[in-house]
Amino acid sequence: MEIFIDEVVAKYNYWIYVVLMMIGFYAMIGKRNLVKKLLGMNIFQTSIILFFVSTGVKKGGSIPIVDKYAGLAGTIDASTIDNPLPHVLMLTAIVVGVSVTGVALAVLQRIYKEYGTLEEDEILEKTQR
Amino acid sequence: MNATNLHVFVLIVPLLSALAVNLLGHRSRQWIAPLVLGSLAFSVFGSLVVMARVITHGTISYTVGNWQPPFGIELVIDPLSALMMVLIAVVALLASFSALKSVEQELPGREHLFFTLYLILIAGLFGLVLTGDAFNLYVLLEITSITTYGLIAMGRGRAALSSFNYIIMGTIGACFYLLGTGYLYILTGTLNMADIARILPTLNAPVATATAIAFVLVGLWIKMAFFPLHSWLPNAYSQAPTGAGTLIAPLMTKVTVYLMVRVILSMYTPALVFTHEWITRGAIWAASLAIICGSVIALGQKDLRRMLTYIIVAEVGYMVGGIFLANADGLTGSILHIVNDALMTLCLFLVVAAIIYRQGSVSLVSLQGIFHRMPITMAAFTLGAFAMIGVPPTCGFFSKWYLILGGIEAGHWEFVIALVASSLINAVLFFRIIELAYFGSLADGEHHEHAATERHEAPWWMLKPLVLTAALLIVVGLSTGPLVDNVIRLMIPAGF
Repeated sequence: MEIFIDEVVAKYNYWIYVVLMMIGFYAMIGKRNLVKKLLGMNIFQTSIILFFVSTGVKKGGSIPIVDKYAGLAGTIDASTIDNPLPHVLMLTAIVVGVSVTGVALAVLQRIYKEYGTLEEDEILEKTQR
Repeated sequence: MNATNLHVFVLIVPLLSALAVNLLGHRSRQWIAPLVLGSLAFSVFGSLVVMARVITHGTISYTVGNWQPPFGIELVIDPLSALMMVLIAVVALLASFSALKSVEQELPGREHLFFTLYLILIAGLFGLVLTGDAFNLYVLLEITSITTYGLIAMGRGRAALSSFNYIIMGTIGACFYLLGTGYLYILTGTLNMADIARILPTLNAPVATATAIAFVLVGLWIKMAFFPLHSWLPNAYSQAPTGAGTLIAPLMTKVTVYLMVRVILSMYTPALVFTHEWITRGAIWAASLAIICGSVIALGQKDLRRMLTYIIVAEVGYMVGGIFLANADGLTGSILHIVNDALMTLCLFLVVAAIIYRQGSVSLVSLQGIFHRMPITMAAFTLGAFAMIGVPPTCGFFSKWYLILGGIEAGHWEFVIALVASSLINAVLFFRIIELAYFGSLADGEHHEHAATERHEAPWWMLKPLVLTAALLIVVGLSTGPLVDNVIRLMIPAGF
């Protein structure tokens, strides 16, 4: 048990990512309200952003802004600087996530206009009639 | 325009004309058709030139913005991606003729919006087959998916609800792919596919590698509607506007299958993927189940378009199974089937579009006696049906032949049995419709008033691409030999 707790504390950021991901997954699959599904989707995407950002961080690392000439001369120790690439990738992933959310909200608006509700059960009831 | 950058223009011309369609098409509808057809015709021409160059001079590599790979984004055009470029361009051009007509009827006043999304989708598909960068692939995958969500939601009735389900499933798929890429990045420190393929075999991390492979594969399987994960596809594709269906149905799943081939061949190297016995065995069993279940559920459908969507689910099983047979014949069959299935699906969906344009419905009841009303359309349908069943001179026969040979060679009899059974079920499915269309009445003898016999053929704009596609089914079938020898063989990795 103690080993397990040590493991969790040592890698707490990855455990948060896993827990967040499962919460999002549950909301997407288990909830019957379409807006809650969409929120679950956002939590799911956010957990992956957390995962990526965690991978770039180094213990005692500084911000990745370096002197150009020192960089060209190769005198910089890469292990003292956080890796900026995962952060940059996640900027793109955030843009993708926002676009998907936007499209989904627009689609939800159409669903609401059509059926007057966003509860999946009620919508299915109405379509079967 | 520099001729060495032609492949980039193939992608950029539809993208820029998407903006032009939005701005100019908003003012006047006159602009839409020339812009759409012109840009796609350019893409067809450009992709053919690129393909000729790739075959004679070998793989082209292009660095975007002069950032050298593996740090920058690299576009790689090898014979397989050149083939996919030609396929996408040809299918998009043929489908757009029909879409111009059916959108005019179904979405009056919103044509410019429809074709903006339509062209961005095509540009995204070109990007997917060009890119040599794992993260770039994720972004382009989402560009194609987001435009598809929009196109599907433009349909009537339950389309918005189906589109929302697709958004949820599609996002899960894309996120899984992104996670897998993240694991690979942690393992190798690079996102360039060729670089990953170089570094990955030198690492001794079997569990992490297998996890990364599993995440990426499951992500792509959701996106391509591989059997247990297919639930979003039939609703989404059958409720989309007809014009969107003719583009999405032939291309989206096929391009995703191509991505899987690309990921297995160029990113993980086949040696790493196929050594995991449980992955290959599981994938082939799932593929066999996909083929059988897709075909059987298709039998129960009362609407032609819905039936075709379940056939797509079965066809995805053909292609995935063929790849995981892990031998030269299976891989050849799968790649050949990507091309053939895109053309067969295009042919059948163009028929659906033509019938919907004339009579508004493709339920099996409304197809009674349609042979007399739309003879040319139904002749093309018969050809498409023969290709789906796998009757010899049509292209469907040859890819199925390779797949069966590959299945026998690998000793996966369940896959061979599934292929043969699905051909039989397809024969039943299509001959039932052909009989209904030709001889008129259903078995119970109920007659409908619109079973009139006067000829009422689809407009020329829809017939011409349809006849051309039907002809292509035979042309591609007869030129299977050169296609396999000059293009596909080059992609089969050594040691197969």
